[in-house]
Amino acid sequence: MPTYTLKINGTSQSIEAAEDTPLLWALRDELNMVGTKFGCGIGQCGACTVHVDGNATRSCQLQVSQLDGKEITTIEGLSEDGSHPVQKAWKEIDVPQCGYCQAGQIMTASAFLEKNPNPSNKEIKSAMHGNICRCASYNRIEKAVAAAAENKMA
Amino acid sequence: MSTIKSTKFSRRSFLRTSSLASGGMLIGFNLFTACKDNVKMPVDISKLDYNDFNAFIKISKEGMVTIFSPNPEIGQGVKTAMPMIIAEELDVPWNHVNVVQGALDTKNFVRQVAGGSQSIRFGWDALRETGATARQLLINAAAAKWGVDASECTAKQGVISNGKGETLGYGDVVNEAALLQIPESDESTSEEEKSENPEFKDTQAEKAEGKVTLKDPKDYTIIGTDVKNVDIDKIVTGKPLFGLDFKAEGMVFASVLRPPAFGQKLESFDAEAAKSIPGVIDVITIGEKAKAMLSGDQVNWTVKLAPTEKVVVIAKNTWATIKAKKAIKAKWSEMSTLESTEKHDEALTGLLDGNDFNTLRKDGDVKKAFAQADQVIERTYESPFLPHNTMEPMNFYANVTDDKIHLVGPVQTPADAATTVAALLGRNVEDIHLEMTRMGGGFGRRLYGDFVYEAAEISDAIRKPVKMVSTREDDMTTGVYRPAIKYRIKASIKDGEITGYQLKEAAVGGNMYGLIPNFFPAGAIENYQVDVASYNSNITTGAWRAPYTNFLSYAEQSFLDELAEVMEKDPVQMRLDLLEKVKGTTDDRIQYSAERLQDVLKLVVEKSGYNTPKDGVFQGVCAYYCHNTHVAEVADVVMEGNRPVVKKVTVAVDCGIVVNPLGALNQIEGGAIDGVGHAMYGDFKFKDGVPQSKNYDSYRLLRMMEAPTVETHFVKNTLSPTGLGEPTLPPAGAAVAIALNKATGHRIYKQPFVSNMASKPVIG
Repeated sequence: MPTYTLKINGTSQSIEAAEDTPLLWALRDELNMVGTKFGCGIGQCGACTVHVDGNATRSCQLQVSQLDGKEITTIEGLSEDGSHPVQKAWKEIDVPQCGYCQAGQIMTASAFLEKNPNPSNKEIKSAMHGNICRCASYNRIEKAVAAAAENKMA
Repeated sequence: MSTIKSTKFSRRSFLRTSSLASGGMLIGFNLFTACKDNVKMPVDISKLDYNDFNAFIKISKEGMVTIFSPNPEIGQGVKTAMPMIIAEELDVPWNHVNVVQGALDTKNFVRQVAGGSQSIRFGWDALRETGATARQLLINAAAAKWGVDASECTAKQGVISNGKGETLGYGDVVNEAALLQIPESDESTSEEEKSENPEFKDTQAEKAEGKVTLKDPKDYTIIGTDVKNVDIDKIVTGKPLFGLDFKAEGMVFASVLRPPAFGQKLESFDAEAAKSIPGVIDVITIGEKAKAMLSGDQVNWTVKLAPTEKVVVIAKNTWATIKAKKAIKAKWSEMSTLESTEKHDEALTGLLDGNDFNTLRKDGDVKKAFAQADQVIERTYESPFLPHNTMEPMNFYANVTDDKIHLVGPVQTPADAATTVAALLGRNVEDIHLEMTRMGGGFGRRLYGDFVYEAAEISDAIRKPVKMVSTREDDMTTGVYRPAIKYRIKASIKDGEITGYQLKEAAVGGNMYGLIPNFFPAGAIENYQVDVASYNSNITTGAWRAPYTNFLSYAEQSFLDELAEVMEKDPVQMRLDLLEKVKGTTDDRIQYSAERLQDVLKLVVEKSGYNTPKDGVFQGVCAYYCHNTHVAEVADVVMEGNRPVVKKVTVAVDCGIVVNPLGALNQIEGGAIDGVGHAMYGDFKFKDGVPQSKNYDSYRLLRMMEAPTVETHFVKNTLSPTGLGEPTLPPAGAAVAIALNKATGHRIYKQPFVSNMASKPVIG
C-alpha cells in the first residue's frame, strides 16, 4: 500500500493506506486519533468535521491522496488543553448529552467563528445546520457558539 | 405520594464496608436489591465485584471520594446525577468526588440497565442512605477518637467538628471508620417496634455512636445545583470514550453483511473480489450458532436473532471492511413474506375494523354510552416505523479465547448480552468479562444486543480480538424499529359531558402493555375501554425513546383537543375538569396524580402566555403523564407567508426534586425537540421487506434551523425525583399538531406532519 504524509495538528505523520482511504479512517484506525467521529460516511451529519487549511471539512469525504501540503486540524489539535474559546464555551454551557457529535460541532463552530467573529443568531443557526445532534442539544449549541463569539472578542 | 423520609431499608442489608489494604474505606452498596448474605467486601481496589454490589465508594486517606459504578451512560446524565446524590448526603465538596466507570464480571446481574427513565427514581433512596451512612460512620470514628458522644459532632464539606472546636478531616478517620459496625437509623424504627423486638436493644446500646439521618432538602448544597457533565473535558477534547474508540492489541475489524430485506436468508455468495481488496484478511460466515439456538424459521425478537447466515469481512482497518462488503456478490432467498408499508396499512386498518382485540382496561359500558349519546366522535391516528439513529453506530469489541470472553462496548443491557453470548457460544457466563463504554446515544436501540452476539460469534470463529463496526446504512436498514401503529379513538358526548371513551390500538409487533391503559384519561371518564391488537411481522420492532407513549400521546391529546372544539369548551378547562374527577380516586391502578397534572397544566398556561395570545402566534397545549413524570407543553406556531413555523415550546415539568438542574434542562430540551422533530419529519417505509431510507440523505432528522427554542419551568416541590430522559418527548408532537391546526385550520391525523398536511410546515 502507498505511503502518505499528512500534516496534522502541526506535525507531519506518515501512514500506509489505500489511496481512497478517507481521512476519517486514517485518523481513527491508523493514527489513533479517535476524537473525529464516524456518523454517516456520506458527508451528511458533520460528526467527522475537521479543519483543512482552516475550513470546516467532512473528513469522511476526503481521501488521504488528496491532502498533500494541506494543514489539517482535528479536535485533538484545536487546543492543547481544551482552552480554545469554543471548547471553553462548550464546557461553560454544558452542551453535551451523549457527546458523540460534539467534536464535529466544535470544529464547525470554531472554523465559522474564525471567518465570522461576530455572528447573528440566524448566522449561527445557518452555520451549524449541517451538524446533526441526535440528542437535540441544539439550543445549547446555539448559546455556546454565541458565548464563544463574545468571549473571543473580550 | 412519597415525600422525603427515611426509608424502610435495613441498612446492613444493602451496604457493606471494608478497610482497604492500601488504606482508606471501601463501601459497597446495592441500588435496587438487598445484598446476598455471604458476600465479601474486597480489600483490594482492583477486585471490585459488581455481581455483589451495584457500586462502590472509596474514601481515601486524603479524604478524596471515588465512586465506582458500572451503570452505563447514554447521554441522560446519570453518571453525573447519581454521584451528586451520594456526595450530598456524604457531605463532601463536589470537587473531591471522582467517578469511575467500572467493568462488570458477569455472573448474576442485578439491574444495570439504562432505560425507561428509571435510574434516578430507583436509585434515590439507596444513594442517599449510602451517603448518609458513610457520613455517620466517619462521625462515629471521629467521636471515638476524641472520646466524645457522636451526637456532639457534625460533619460538613468533608470535615468533622466537635463541640470543643476540634476538627478532623474524613481522611483522618477513614481507616477507623472502615472497621465500625454499620449504624441503623432512628426514624426507620418506631418506639413500639423497639419494645416488641429484642434486636433493637443492640441498636439502643449503640446510641452513643450516633444514628444515620438523612438531610432535610432545605439543607442541600449539591442536589439542586448546576453540576456539569463529569465527562465534559474528555468530550470537548476528543479523548477516547465511546465503544467505537476502544482498541486493543492485535485487534482486527469486522463488518457484517446482513440480508437486505426482512424475511430473507443467505443462499450463496462470491467473495473473490472482496478478498482482493488491500487490507482484507478474510471473508467468513456466521449465523450457524444463532440458527442452532432457534427452531425452524423462528426469530427470537427479544434478542433479535434471525435464523440466517451472514457474511463477515475481516480486515486490518474499517475502510477495507466497508469497501469489501460492497464488493461481495450475495444471493438471498425468501424465508418468509417480504412486507411493504401498503400491506401494513391495510393490515392495521383491518385489525381496527375487526373484533379481535385484547382488552387492557374496561370501566363501565362504552357500547351503552355510545348508544345513548347526543354525539359520537371517532378519529384514527397513524404513525410510521421509526429507526433510532443513534449517532454512534452499533459496534462491539469481542475477544473470545479458551479461557475468557472479553466484551467491550456500548450496550444498555449487559446482563442479557452476557447470558446470550454464553448460550450462543456454549460457554459459562462466568467466562465473560464485559465492560461498558460511554454510548453515543441509545434511544432504546442498545437495549437489544444483536451486535454483541455478532462480535462474539466472529471472534469465536477467528479467535482474534475483533471490533464489529456497523455503517450508518447497516444501522438504519437492519435495526429494531418503533412499530408502525394506528389508533382509533371514539368518544361519546351526552348533555355536554364526555360519557364514553374507547381507544383501539393496532400495532405491528404490538405496542401498549402494562400500566399505560391506566394513564390519563383513565379514571376521568365513567365508561372507558382500551383494546389492543397486534400484527405479526418479520420486521424487528421494539422500544424507542418513550416507548408506547411516544405516539400515543399525540393521538390522545390531539383527540382531546378536537373533542373540546366539538363541545365548544376551552381545552385547558376541559382537561382540568376531567382531572378534577380523578382526585381522591380509590382506584389504585391509576398511575398519574390528577393534582400534579393539573399543576403542570396551570403552570404552562401561565408561563407560555396561553391566555393572552400574541397576534400571529398560534399555541397548542397539552398535558401528559408518562415514565413517572408529569409534563405539560405549549407549542408556538407562527405563519411565515403561508408556511407554519414552530418557534418555541414551553415546558412545565413536575419531576419532584430536580437533582441537577443543568443536566435536567438538557434532557427536557432534547426530549421536546426530539418529539417535535420526529413528529414533523420521521418516516420509514418498507417495500418488499427492504427499508426505503438508508442514510441521512434519505431520512430526515431535525437540524439546527428547525429546532424550536425550549423554555422550561419546574414545579417546585420536595417529592422524590423521577426521570427525565423520556417524559418531555411524547407531549411535544401533540402540542405542535394542535398549534398547527390553529394556524392552518387543518387537523393532522398522520405522522410525519410534513407529508400529511395541506401547507408544508417548517420549524425554525
